[in-house]
Formats: sequence, structure tokens, C-alpha cells
Amino acid sequence: MLYQPAVAAENASVPVVLLSMGNVTQGKRPSGRPDPQFADLMDAVARSQDRDAFSRLFAHFGPRVRAYLIRAGAPVQTAEELMQEVMLTVWRRAALFDRRKAAVSTWIFTIARNKRVDSIRRESRAELDPNDPALVPPADETADTLVERAQATKRLNAAVKDLPEEQLEVLRRSYFDEESHSTIAADLGLPLGTVKSRLRLALNRLRAAMEEKA
Amino acid sequence: MAEYRDLQDLLFGYAAGELPPALSILVASHLTLAPESRQEVERLEAVGGAMLEGLDAVTSPMDMSASLAAVLDRLDDPEPDAAPPATSDRGDPALPQPLRQRLGMKLSEIPWRRVGPLGEYRLDDAEGNETIRLLRIPAGRAMPAHTHVGTEATLVLRGGFSDASGHYGRGDLAVVDEATNHQPVADPDEDCICLAVSTGHVRLTGALGRMLNPFIKF
Repeated sequence: MLYQPAVAAENASVPVVLLSMGNVTQGKRPSGRPDPQFADLMDAVARSQDRDAFSRLFAHFGPRVRAYLIRAGAPVQTAEELMQEVMLTVWRRAALFDRRKAAVSTWIFTIARNKRVDSIRRESRAELDPNDPALVPPADETADTLVERAQATKRLNAAVKDLPEEQLEVLRRSYFDEESHSTIAADLGLPLGTVKSRLRLALNRLRAAMEEKA
Repeated sequence: MAEYRDLQDLLFGYAAGELPPALSILVASHLTLAPESRQEVERLEAVGGAMLEGLDAVTSPMDMSASLAAVLDRLDDPEPDAAPPATSDRGDPALPQPLRQRLGMKLSEIPWRRVGPLGEYRLDDAEGNETIRLLRIPAGRAMPAHTHVGTEATLVLRGGFSDASGHYGRGDLAVVDEATNHQPVADPDEDCICLAVSTGHVRLTGALGRMLNPFIKF
């Protein structure tokens, strides 16, 4: 098959991180490969329009993006079409991906999120313009090294996996569902304050995981 | 997520793609001027990416291969619309792009409407019960004391103001809710110009509620 994960064998020394929070049922192969490999695939797409590399990215992210769009309220067929558009954007904008700035999963999340706003909610979304002359630069502009970024991503994914289910549920609903915190609270039979504090606790843990220095 | 009580709520809403249009202009403008908030949004987007990883859809390989074939077929299609519009050179270079683009004029050209001591200029992006407007508080003057139904988020574009919670300068974003009776006082040296978005009353969310919003006016 076109998109079998041949990379796994080449990178046997890289531990395979299982990035799951729900039921992972993707057959025998691991559902998540460490992000640096995705970044390599992105580079191959950007440099040489590598269709095989794109196919591997598609095999991993396509189903996730579609699930995300369904969860955001799109009917299945619409979610399929929008997912295809998201993946076409990944192909066309591959040169804009910068692995020092973000993980591939982060970059694709932002593309899918913008598609959700434009196409499901049919709203315009004001975007920060990174080339804006009015942009105030950070006080100390020390870009992460490639290794630091990759490690932060790995720590983040591991920390998500370690979150207590009750925090994960609130996090999931806050990112994916079109619901207010009050609705989430009512659904879960919890006081609003508990929902907000679970979200805050979860984000604090994940932030700490990202920032921890090796 | 439709309640935005503080800066953190707004940054989360922006990262998750859940802000209504007026608030997205406000937050994108704030991000242009506030590197720490930008960094926080990047972290929240990274968490979004990790959450996306966890959304492991149960999909058969057959199912995905049809989908992949359809996309591979389209890879060489010309892009429907070209790259996003380049940074606008209209408007005021001191304004963040998301607002500059929307406003299309310089701060000095704004036809202020007088409301007591204040100048007010409404932008028409608001949906439902939101209002988005520019406010000018004359140097050293206080805004009339007021409370809010719902919340009001205020981004300082020029000058600064102080209220009970502290001092806010260019790029700072203040969020107050109905529990707060606040009376911002502009800095003495220059007029303070702010972008303010109020979300009052009821805003319906969810697919059906959003369709109904345009028909509900309070």
C-alpha cells in the first residue's frame, strides 16, 4: 500500500510514542509516530512535491482532521470534503511550515481550525499578520533549536496522555465542541467553577511539560 | 465556549477557533502588540495539535484510500484563490493589521461621535448582541462609571488608562464583567484610544442557535 509507514524501520532507534487518548484502533501499526518524522515528510513535500511523503501525512492526519470537523458539527460528507481541502492546503502551503516554530500536528490543527471557522461557522476570522510592521517583537527572541522543539512536542504529547480522564474530557470538549463552559458543566453535572478549574489545571500541566528543560 | 471572563479565556477562544468575529479582530490586534500573549496562543495551539493527535478516528484503510486517491487527483489543480491579501498599506500604520484592514482609515480621520466626554466610532462587525467600537477618552478624563451586561474587552491602541485593576498601556487588554463597576481614567498626557467589544445579553451558540442569532435583538 502506498502509505505504509516505512519510516518506522529506518528510525528504529526513535521510540514510538503512542499518542492516544481515546480508543486507539488503527490496526496493528502504531497510531502515532514521533513528530520529527512528520516534519521530515513535510520537508519532502515542500522541497520536491513528494507524493509518497504526502500520502503518509494524509494517512495519519486525514482521519484525525475529519474526526475533528465532525466533532465541530459538520455532517460526515461535508467533513470529508473539508478534510480533503485541509489536506490540499497542507500540500500547497508546505513551504510555509517551519519545524522550529511548531510541530506538524500544531500546524495542521491551525489549518483545520481555520477551515472550521470559515466553512462550518461561516464566519470571518481576523488573523494575526506575522509580517505586520506594527508587530511588537518579543523581548528576547531566542528561537528554539530543532532538538528543543522536537523534545517539547514529545513531552507535551506524553503529558496529554498522562492527564486524568476528567481533565482530558474538559480539554477535549473545550477544543472541539461548539459548547459553552456552562453547557459542558451541565452535561457533566458539575459546577461551572469545577469545569473551569479542570481546564486551567490541565493547561498548567501541559504548559509546564512544554517548558521543562531537558 | 462562549463566556470570556478574562484574557486567558479570550486567548483560548482564539486558539480553539471559537471567538465570534468582533472578538477575533480584538484578540488578533492584541496579539500583534503583545508578544507574551502571542507565545501563549502558540502554546495553546500546540495543545490543540496534541489533542488532534489524540482524536484517533476509527477509519478503515479502504475508506481512507478512496479519500487519498481523490486528493492525489487534485494536487496539481490550480489553487482556487491566491495567497491571502498582502498587508494593507491603507489606513494607519500604528494600528495592528487586523484592525487596520477593517477600519481602512487613519485614527486622525475617524468621524468620532460625541457621547458625553467620549468619542465613539462603531464598526459594524458585531453579530447578535456584540458591539465593536473605537472609544476616545480625553487626556486625564474619566469615563462615566458603568457596569456591563455581559463582558467588555478593551484593547488600548494609543495612550493608556487606569482603573481599579491597574494601568493599561498600548497593546494591553482589559476584560471586565458585569460584577465590575469600573471607571477608567485616561493618562494625563494624551487622549486614550481603545477598541472595545461588548458581549451583552444572550448569545446563542450551537448550530441552531447561531442561525437564530440574527433574528434576536434585545
